[in-house]
Amino acid sequence: MPDGRTAVRRAAGFSRTLLLAFACLIMAAPFLWMAATSLMGQLEVFGSGRLFPESPLWSNYPEALTAQPFGRYFLNSLIFATVVVAGQVFTATTAGYAFARCDFPGRDTLFMVFLATMMVPAVIVLIPRFLMIDSLGWIDSYRGLVSTELVSVWGIFLMRQYFRTLPRELEDAARVDGAGHWRIFRSVALPLAKPAVATLALFAFIDAWKNFMWPLLVTRSMEMRVVEVGIAAFHSTYEINWPYQMVAGVVAALPIALLFLFTQKYFVRGIQLEGIR
Amino acid sequence: MTREPRAVALKGVQKRFGDVTAVADVDLEIRPGELMVLVGPSGCGKSTLLRLIAGLEERDAGEVWIGDRCVDEVAPGGRDVAMVFQSYALYPHMTVAENLGFGLRVRGAGTPAIEGRVREVADVLGLRGLLSRRPGQLSGGQQQRVALGRAMVRDPGVFLFDEPLSNLDAALRLQTRDEIAALHRRLGTTMIFVTHDQVEALSLGQRVAVMDRGRVQQVGTPAEVYERPANLFVAGFVGSPPMNRLHLVRGRDGRLAGGPFVFPGPLDHREATLGVRPEDLTLAVVTRPGPGPQPDSVGMSGGAHSSAEFTATALRVESLGSEQRVHLDGPGEAAWVARAPSALRVAAGDRVEVAVVWERTHLFGPDGSRIGAASRPGGASPP
Repeated sequence: MPDGRTAVRRAAGFSRTLLLAFACLIMAAPFLWMAATSLMGQLEVFGSGRLFPESPLWSNYPEALTAQPFGRYFLNSLIFATVVVAGQVFTATTAGYAFARCDFPGRDTLFMVFLATMMVPAVIVLIPRFLMIDSLGWIDSYRGLVSTELVSVWGIFLMRQYFRTLPRELEDAARVDGAGHWRIFRSVALPLAKPAVATLALFAFIDAWKNFMWPLLVTRSMEMRVVEVGIAAFHSTYEINWPYQMVAGVVAALPIALLFLFTQKYFVRGIQLEGIR
Repeated sequence: MTREPRAVALKGVQKRFGDVTAVADVDLEIRPGELMVLVGPSGCGKSTLLRLIAGLEERDAGEVWIGDRCVDEVAPGGRDVAMVFQSYALYPHMTVAENLGFGLRVRGAGTPAIEGRVREVADVLGLRGLLSRRPGQLSGGQQQRVALGRAMVRDPGVFLFDEPLSNLDAALRLQTRDEIAALHRRLGTTMIFVTHDQVEALSLGQRVAVMDRGRVQQVGTPAEVYERPANLFVAGFVGSPPMNRLHLVRGRDGRLAGGPFVFPGPLDHREATLGVRPEDLTLAVVTRPGPGPQPDSVGMSGGAHSSAEFTATALRVESLGSEQRVHLDGPGEAAWVARAPSALRVAAGDRVEVAVVWERTHLFGPDGSRIGAASRPGGASPP
């Protein structure tokens, strides 16, 4: 019965759409709530029991963003994320290429050691990192903020795996053409690894942008603060200004949301590799 | 602009991959300006040998000489060789012009010099209109030409070809084969060409090196390799359909015998193998089974002067247009194939008389190496 089968297929499609819509709603709910709260008055948040503001309080935005030097925070976040991206792309591509294509003694053992560090929870190395940066006198500086974030073992792994998928004959051809390792890396392997580099850069940027714990630890002055730490600063000992905090949250999430719009396919690729992160 | 062609010499070269010996103690000399074809079944070590010459593999023992210098410690880029790969290995992110010019750029040539040379080569290969395309936008044949051009641009002393035709369709393969031969005549450069296709080897090579299991089995002109195969492997590998064989054993009377044949000698071998090429058999149809019409006259193939050596039944007849291949149920246990002109009226089931051109036969010793042609058998026993 073709008609019956079509009906079944249509029903299955409909229920799948319904399920996905429901999942979307669950995913989007916190963001909607954040946006709604950012437009409420302080009393309305607790007193009214409403989900959406009665009349949106747009003045929250200029007020919250001038309550602290958010311009400076955004600049700091941007500097932090950009330098981390540049550093991780450089170290991951060079190390990844070396692990994939250069023969040197102890290569595979060294690579295993690198991988093993991924099993150490980040929190455990937080204090040693802090002590190192402190002993260098780099607390509350860009150097201190950035220097321990420049190498990503996940990134090295990603790039190594990618370089290994490039056809050997391309490198052979380049070698016969007279190119050495550095030249092959620069002129052949790296241009062909653009998709992997894009994925790596994207994830490094997001990780740096939403990094809270490390900047909180290693910076002290307002001038060095990043956006994430600034958001938390509305959360003081005696008072929590929920609408202002949500304003900061919305503004901090915007760059990532925009980034997502333009780089979806690299996100998907990254998530496919997420299992090993 | 073409430079002096270079000789290539391999002296006791060995290469192992783990437990597998890819190249075992190879000595081979390629003369300046020669087109040498390395041919053999897959896994025989021919590609590894080529990569050893290019410097893409490290040898385990032996020496590689290009021109008058030993290049064992020289990087691939310094060996004055260029290589065309089976997959073409074009840089996918570069245009055709950039692909062609990459080798010169790496060597630090200036942009005007590179552009001039790239144009020159592109004109020769008819790539002028494609210079700004990327490899992904080209057909297989065009990619092949770009790969060839990339090798030519640097004007190397030696060209290395690693099965460059195997990804092309049959018509294009023939055409490109002719073009490579023409290119060789024009440039006069030493070329080493690897293939698994013996027809390609015989038609292209000035000399052919037949390889098996990491060893060179025979080096010679295509005619030498075909007419005087050094051993059973070469005899079986070169020629299509392959050479017919018959196992011979020394009988009580000290004579070698097998199937219907009894040979007078040679006596110092306990056993031997008789080899006869399909075209060295001549057929005559004797009888046709069943009540249908008998052949009007006895059809003869080849030289009609040879007298029949044995009779057999045609099991199957393949018509190839210009000729036929007749599969026979003899002599003896062996099933032989004969090539016959298409004019011969023969069908499956026919009894045929078969004559052998003995001067062109081959006798191989127990170790498989060729002893010489078989002499005409003394007494042919009745079938």
